[in-house]
Amino acid sequence: MTSTSVLDDLKKSQILELLEQGKRIDGRALDEPRNLIIETNAIPKANGSARVRLGDSEVICGVKIQPDRPFPDMGDKGIFICTAELLPLSHPTVETGPPGPDVIELARVVDRGIRESHMIDLTQLVIEKNKSVVGVFADNVVVDYDGNLFDACAYAATAAILSSKTPKWEMKNDVPTLVEGEESDVPISTIPVSVTMGKIGNHIIVDPNGDEWSSMDARITITTDSNGNICALQKGGNDGFTFEQVIKCGELSVKVGAKIREKLKQAKESGQ
Amino acid sequence: MGGREATLVLLDENGIRCDGRKVDEPRRIMIKAGGLKNADGSAYIEFGDNKILVGVFGPRDVHPKHMSNTDTGILRVRYHMEPFSVTERKNPAPSRREIEISKVIKEALEPAVMLEKFPRTAVDVFIEVLQADGGTRCAALSAASVALADAGIPMRDMVAACAAGKAADTIILDVNNEEDQAGQADMPIGYMPSLEKITLLQLDGVLTPEEYKKCVETGIKGCKIVYELQRKALTDKYFGNGEK
Repeated sequence: MTSTSVLDDLKKSQILELLEQGKRIDGRALDEPRNLIIETNAIPKANGSARVRLGDSEVICGVKIQPDRPFPDMGDKGIFICTAELLPLSHPTVETGPPGPDVIELARVVDRGIRESHMIDLTQLVIEKNKSVVGVFADNVVVDYDGNLFDACAYAATAAILSSKTPKWEMKNDVPTLVEGEESDVPISTIPVSVTMGKIGNHIIVDPNGDEWSSMDARITITTDSNGNICALQKGGNDGFTFEQVIKCGELSVKVGAKIREKLKQAKESGQ
Repeated sequence: MGGREATLVLLDENGIRCDGRKVDEPRRIMIKAGGLKNADGSAYIEFGDNKILVGVFGPRDVHPKHMSNTDTGILRVRYHMEPFSVTERKNPAPSRREIEISKVIKEALEPAVMLEKFPRTAVDVFIEVLQADGGTRCAALSAASVALADAGIPMRDMVAACAAGKAADTIILDVNNEEDQAGQADMPIGYMPSLEKITLLQLDGVLTPEEYKKCVETGIKGCKIVYELQRKALTDKYFGNGEK
């Protein structure tokens, strides 16, 4: 972590001052996410893909679907793995090399949100029990940074999975073999939506932009499913939340999430 | 993880859980402050079958130097599991899971520790999980708070931690390993009882908004139980007939 410059401190006090008047630095309402642009099938060679721009944060997600060996204790379920990576072109401070704790957390929180919602019905992705299953790999790459990568990556992964077509495999001589010309949608049971909220002073703001992100005291990412239930949560940052704030964030995530879910559904329909 | 019994009953008709506890009953918890000679502060916790040792060093010089901050001290936390702590041997190298847990524990402790009193220094917290049985991050966080206090580092409050969750459609306190594997939700909570602030919060598993609220409330109750045991551990060491 680099020490903050004088300008950053000034920006933080300006953001806080505006929040005291109920305003945000980019003119949004406190519970208003930034404009979300979703382009599906951006990478035709992938089985599914999406290019998502949340404000000025941009993420590309590609889904690859291929046969794999099941996990030893989960022979009756397909595999789902979601990753996230910050590319060096996304921000001047990003360096090449193994991921640091921030990026590891990002990838794990995005994976957890989709996994815990049971978005993909993995029981339908079995080629032969205990031997061969279908693996769905959703890899996010961040190409431009302006705060809140948790939601940008989650929306990109969700949109990419929704747009995916899975090939069909059959076991022949103990080897999974592709059945030509048979493709189907990935079995979807719900659409998870993550909503990240920042805490600055005692104000809760939805979808912090880059300036707000570096001024935040703490953050919370909550994923809800299509039924309006809460299925994953992660608190971060070096401050805490009161009980009332945690409950309020839960309510906000359901409300804001419902609107974003509609956008994700629209993107799927317009992409086909 | 593998040897799970298919017949496991998470909650029987009398409201008793698979390890004999009631729904709002935590596991047996034993916390001891001190114990290590070389560390500036230390603590040992047994939380059910979890056994965790924490050592604290600092405030001390920062190495590498570029990590130091002229405005404040920094907190560094390493959560590490021994290869023998789980059923199947764990690779001793830090996993992505351990790196994430180190980060969330660090961020849970930071609001409590008055780091601004020690600019240019580091406080290092080393957490060693000797035996794991579900809920290690909560047990580790609780022990780390005691070890920081034992090191004499000024704190606004201690962070107590306990998980709540959902198994057999019921909100339960202190999720054990079986309930984590076969249950419906797990929500670890870290809480500063005097300041009424939640500093660690995670969830995996599906909860309705009502269950979500009840789960947070249940977890906070557990934290308050742990808090009393943390205070007792320090009282025993410094004001009781425990070791000096």
